[in-house]
Amino acid sequence: MKLLTCIWNWIDDRSGISRALGPLLRHPVPPGTGWKYVFGSATLIAFLIQVVTGVALATVYVSSAGSAYKSLEFISHQATLGWLIRGMHYFGASAMVILVGIHMFRVFLTGSYKFPRELNWLSGVVLLGCVLMMGFTGQLLRWDQDGVWSTVIAAEQAGRVPVIGHWLAHLTFGGDTVGGATLSRFFAIHVFVIPALIFGFIGLHLYLVIHNGISEPPKAGHPVDPRTYRAWYKELLNRSGRPFFPDAGWRDVVFGFAVVAAVVVLAAIFHAPELSQPPNPAIVQAQPRPDWYLLWYYAVLALSPHYMENYLMVLLPLAIGLLFLLPVVFNRGERSISRRPWSVGVVVLATMSVVTLWVQGKRATWSPDFDAQPLKAQTIGTASGPVYEGAQLFFRQGCENCHSIGGQGGHRGPDLTTVADRLTTEQMTVRILNGGTNMPAFGPILTSEGINRLLAFLGSRSINTHTSAKRETARN
Amino acid sequence: MNLKPGGGGFAHTRRELLVIVNFGFAGLSALLVGIPVIGFLFAPLFEKTAREWRSVGPIDRFPAGQTVEVSFEDASPQPWAGVSAETGAWLQRSSATEFVAFSLNCSHLGCPVRWRADAKLFMCPCHGGIYYSNGSVAAGPPPRGLTRYPVRIRDGNVEILTSPIPVT
Repeated sequence: MKLLTCIWNWIDDRSGISRALGPLLRHPVPPGTGWKYVFGSATLIAFLIQVVTGVALATVYVSSAGSAYKSLEFISHQATLGWLIRGMHYFGASAMVILVGIHMFRVFLTGSYKFPRELNWLSGVVLLGCVLMMGFTGQLLRWDQDGVWSTVIAAEQAGRVPVIGHWLAHLTFGGDTVGGATLSRFFAIHVFVIPALIFGFIGLHLYLVIHNGISEPPKAGHPVDPRTYRAWYKELLNRSGRPFFPDAGWRDVVFGFAVVAAVVVLAAIFHAPELSQPPNPAIVQAQPRPDWYLLWYYAVLALSPHYMENYLMVLLPLAIGLLFLLPVVFNRGERSISRRPWSVGVVVLATMSVVTLWVQGKRATWSPDFDAQPLKAQTIGTASGPVYEGAQLFFRQGCENCHSIGGQGGHRGPDLTTVADRLTTEQMTVRILNGGTNMPAFGPILTSEGINRLLAFLGSRSINTHTSAKRETARN
Repeated sequence: MNLKPGGGGFAHTRRELLVIVNFGFAGLSALLVGIPVIGFLFAPLFEKTAREWRSVGPIDRFPAGQTVEVSFEDASPQPWAGVSAETGAWLQRSSATEFVAFSLNCSHLGCPVRWRADAKLFMCPCHGGIYYSNGSVAAGPPPRGLTRYPVRIRDGNVEILTSPIPVT
């Protein structure tokens, strides 16, 4: 023990570590910073989980388009603890997205982005962008079929940028199709480029936290005045500041432990998502979806009117830039939420929008249901005759991919369970023959006999048939 | 700027020169490393990918009036690309000698469209884009019809010309 102390003293003397880091660790923090100040450090801890598990994964993962899938299968199913490491990397990513979001909302609600902490906010916005980019590129590195098709979708969206769109799409693929060059590029971006940016900006972010001090919990009636704030804050710290370590930092460590524990437990119970089919661009049985944290974005693009789509695809990713303006425009004044009702409104509205869009993205009613099965005789109400044949046609012609009957089928178009109660035969005929914005015209496809059978089936879809079908199912 | 009292203009200009030397050489070093790296990264923009005719099978394999999926290899697959070098098309035999090949990619956002033989429609799983059997838009968000790839018949085999993924 004595020897260890001796060695440490020698290292410390020659390197000056405790002289350099001690004051940083014990930098004074204002009183009253409680549990709501732990989310920034928790995001950092989630990032460290990602670094450690990411490096571990990289020791086995092969970043070649031909072998990545096999190496991930090996990690998931054969390598000792590989499944757990992959799960931790997946849930660590989710934790990072959630925590960075909560941290940003906390900073916004307490007005901590105001003078003199504008740069803290700006560097944080860059980090937010990096985290989302990491999420997206990480999903591609799974390099299963979803990974391949997500790359195609990303390239197509990049292609909508005016003038340079085609170049961007070309660079996304690393050529003019998905191939050997595609995955390696995303690997380099995910593993070297963005992490380097994150390390750099975390360094800047932390330096600024020390330089400007942790924002004191806001009090109504104490507006920020750039002329006097710094002197007032210095006075506050001199009067009642407490050292970060250990007086305030213990909460960060305890909460950080909870984050680590949650990530490990979730990974152990739920595992990372299973890989879909191999990355063969010739397999069409694919249904590409973004990972959960980008489902809301998927919904925005799917639900927006077609004429706005080109603008949204280009402008929405740039909208993150609006966050840069916040501390530039509002850098002074009240910080307390009781005096900033608009900021509360913005957070409530943003949360509600993202949650609503997320639910829509999860349901994805705009996607045809390719798993739809032929309707059962019970639902149809008969097992023979034109109505029954019409129901078979309803399935074979793909109607059921978009329309549901009795809870079966897609939701792209209106539910037709009781269509006969609201549309006449003539109205249905016009609709089937001519189609609409989101429905093909079946006039050129169906024979008149087929149309008659389809009409017989749809004409029998009323509330009466539906309730008797339900009764029949309940009896069985 | 003149930090040397009485030193005259020499110290002034010498220090200014040293500042230029500092930044100049640092900048030159960055350029020396940066130019080849940027050239390497952006090379795909300037490289022309050769297009190749790939056989997808003898004519007899494709009954008239049917649409089937065929797969073939990219124009210049890297040795490490594995199955990623595969690509596909919907091949339609409209008559004894006429073939049409459609890209698998929806013209909306590039998702893989599926052929529903009974309905005679191509359907996209992403946002519900639908195309008629001739590739024209039937419904949904696609801004234009399915892209057609060049097809030819050589020595009794159907051949498709490898083509870029169509970007709208």
